[in-house]
Amino acid sequence: MNPQLARVARVAMGLIVVLIAATTYWQTLARPGLAARQDNEIQRVAEFEVKRGLILGPSRVLARNVPEKRSGKTYYLRRYPQGALTAAVVGYSTISRSRAGLEKSMNGDLTGTDRALSDLVDQQLDELSGKPIVGDTVVTTLDLRAQRVALDALGSNCGAVAALDPRTGKLLVMASSPTYNPNLVENHFEKIDKVTANCRPAAPLINRATQGLYAPGSTFKVVTTSAALESNRFTPDSTFYDPGYCTVYGKRVNNFDTSSPFGNVTLAQGLQHSVNSVFCNIGKALGAKRILDQAKKFGFYERPPLETPDGERYPSGLYRNHELWYPARDQDVDAGRMAFGQERMLVTPLQMAMVAAGIGNAGIVMRPWVVEKIVSPQGKTVSRTRPERLDRAVGPVHAKQIEDMMVSVVQAGTGTAAQISGFRIGGKTGTAETGRPGVNTTWFIAFAGREGQRPEVAIAVALENQTSTGGETAAPIAREVMEAILRPPGNP
Amino acid sequence: MSARNRELVTLFLAGLVASTAFAAAWVQSANAIDYGWVPWAVLLGGIFVVAHVVTRLTVPHADPTLLPLTGLLCAIGLTFVYRLDPEDGRKQLVWVAVGVAAYCLVLVWLRYDYRILERYKYLFGVSAIVLLILPSAPGIGQRINGVRLWVEVGPLQFQPGEIAKIFLVIFLAGYLRDKREALARGRLKDFGPLLAIWGGAMLVLVQTSDLGSALLNFGIFLAMLYIATNRFSFVLAGLALFAGGAAMLYNSLDRVQQRVTVWLEPWTDDKVYCAINGALEYRQNCDSYQLVKSLYSIANGGYGGTGIGNGTFQTVDGTPLIPYLQTDFIYSALAQELGLIGVAAVLLLYLALVARGMRVALTAQDGFSKLLAAGLSFGFALQTFIIVGGVLRLVPLTGITLPFVSYGGTSIVANFAMVALLLLVSNRAVVTAR
Repeated sequence: MNPQLARVARVAMGLIVVLIAATTYWQTLARPGLAARQDNEIQRVAEFEVKRGLILGPSRVLARNVPEKRSGKTYYLRRYPQGALTAAVVGYSTISRSRAGLEKSMNGDLTGTDRALSDLVDQQLDELSGKPIVGDTVVTTLDLRAQRVALDALGSNCGAVAALDPRTGKLLVMASSPTYNPNLVENHFEKIDKVTANCRPAAPLINRATQGLYAPGSTFKVVTTSAALESNRFTPDSTFYDPGYCTVYGKRVNNFDTSSPFGNVTLAQGLQHSVNSVFCNIGKALGAKRILDQAKKFGFYERPPLETPDGERYPSGLYRNHELWYPARDQDVDAGRMAFGQERMLVTPLQMAMVAAGIGNAGIVMRPWVVEKIVSPQGKTVSRTRPERLDRAVGPVHAKQIEDMMVSVVQAGTGTAAQISGFRIGGKTGTAETGRPGVNTTWFIAFAGREGQRPEVAIAVALENQTSTGGETAAPIAREVMEAILRPPGNP
Repeated sequence: MSARNRELVTLFLAGLVASTAFAAAWVQSANAIDYGWVPWAVLLGGIFVVAHVVTRLTVPHADPTLLPLTGLLCAIGLTFVYRLDPEDGRKQLVWVAVGVAAYCLVLVWLRYDYRILERYKYLFGVSAIVLLILPSAPGIGQRINGVRLWVEVGPLQFQPGEIAKIFLVIFLAGYLRDKREALARGRLKDFGPLLAIWGGAMLVLVQTSDLGSALLNFGIFLAMLYIATNRFSFVLAGLALFAGGAAMLYNSLDRVQQRVTVWLEPWTDDKVYCAINGALEYRQNCDSYQLVKSLYSIANGGYGGTGIGNGTFQTVDGTPLIPYLQTDFIYSALAQELGLIGVAAVLLLYLALVARGMRVALTAQDGFSKLLAAGLSFGFALQTFIIVGGVLRLVPLTGITLPFVSYGGTSIVANFAMVALLLLVSNRAVVTAR
């Protein structure tokens, strides 16, 4: 009987070996897929057993943990000491409503699951000894004082402010208004639903700095000017005749202020005083695609790179039927109107801040970033963000020319409200029609720095539902925020 | 070193491993380092020392690894049952004591010659069938979780199927030793009783709606038939008969149908009919809820596991994620907390148990002993395969226990009796070989 007995023994042992193989499959190959499934609560629950890493501003705690014992287990729930101040960037991490902001996109680091192997071994030892897993701390670049100034200045307006360091791409301010208190998301969501502001719906959970798509109005003229100079067909001294309007497809498009035709103006003057007909003619001369390709070099048609979740950042560009759209032929787009920021061009405040930053940084657009570094619980820096070049948008000579033109806008043009004594400011106003008479989206984009030095800050301010112009509404907000960044406390 | 001294040393090592695991679970649930786990370790250790002493007195030359393997598996089971529900843990400890008592009884009763069992083979055969059908008898049978596997007599609940398994192996060992030559020659009239067994298996399947126990008992039967006759065609014919019979009965077995559907397609992208509430639901939220949650639990373990006591089995508000975790799904608790490394080690314990059991069968001198040991060992392997394979979605999920580890009294007692029988065979094999 022994030969067949040995065979049955092999089969019996083979059955157990098959079980080991199947277990291996589920615990290794199939694991990521199962963990990502929507109906899998384990990961979600388990992550609240992790002592989540902190989110820090340069000097303040933006998100911390509160341990809470429930049915014998310790769960770490989140608190946001800065409340609404940094909600747009930090987001929230809750049981009932999942996550948003850096809490969502940096979840792997905050829960310690994105670790290197050697750290994972330490982590396993900790787990075996029953200690809670401690996630990595995420340190942000935000300037909280300027962030506060920006939120206060936005007030009850709907809109956003995005400010970054043009030399490095480091994000300093990202404020969206109305905002919300992330501490209310878990248990008092109805209060967030009731937030009101100068727009309807108020939608406080939307980060308007990266999710708000607005017509750029005249701020887009900076892009058009870049295209004009880069084409080498125009210089700042190219002259145009302004009759007070521009004829596009046989239709008259008036300048914003129709009362006074400028007559003969140069390109530089056209930007300084935001003369629509000048850009209308440049647009018709260059064609839409040439301008759009210039816009792409500033980062249009891509989600602006930032560490916040992809879904919270929208790309800028032409939109058709709520979809980003790049025209196949020049004649599909009214280039004349697009050149001064109308047509179906929609942009985010962060993107326009990148345009101002590119001009301020000698034509080079730096990749924006808001995570300074990731630090392990032991205090070791796991990774540190290094400034990285996104693209060269314009050549250095042309960049300098546009920079000077933008400086003249603030010195003696439409953006005089942005002046800060002792600093060199360049800017561009924008007042975009929304189709409803008397209701505009107003803009101001700018860069600022010390005389004779590279600009230290670039900014974009966008406001919804304004009756006045960008120079009157957005430029003062930009000035306040830039001043808060340029003049740190104790160093007036 | 003598076999029994080796056993004692191995038991001591197993005790160390088991105490560490249990202490980890204890410390984690108490959230403080105290010594409340010591009485448990001492009690369980004491129980196995008693088992060892009785083994030493009755079967001194038997295989020295079977008892330590059993002890370690029991301790792992106890640790996890306790970790999931301390009250069940207490009961499980009592059941282990009862199991060891049964083990000692079998050893003492059959210490001179277990082969007297062969004389009563038909009695065992008939008893096995009766026990299997008992749960569907009106009055005492209990339908739990849609399956008739339980019998209730007064305050006691037990699963007769677990006992029937042993009786069946004894019957088959006796019967097949008797008839193996005749069967191997293929004389048709000798197949009568075997067809009766097939019929019995089908009857049990219909009565209890439990595919798992039918599959287990029929699988043991086929393995023993093959060992006895060396005719692989019998195995194929048996499988075909079983599959054919099951397929014919399939339409009238709602429970089995549901299990097969869940096995083939646990996740649906669209809502399908849900038998539980009669509405349209995603299958993962309805019929396959348990299986799917259990797979998530296993996957969450990864290579190293979460550590004992650190696994996630409840939502934040305390609702269990997986129903029947301590019994049918104990493996997914093990897999999450011990990880691939730990759970593969546990499976290797089963592998060792099966290998040693088969070795006992190989060294046994007479046909009855060989068939008995092989049937019992194959039973361990197949039972482990059916329940763990079900949890791992290798086969349709059925509600049978993981030997020594699952929470459940009858199962533990029956498995201890099986180990006792293996040791008796082993002892005799060593003694007669001298």
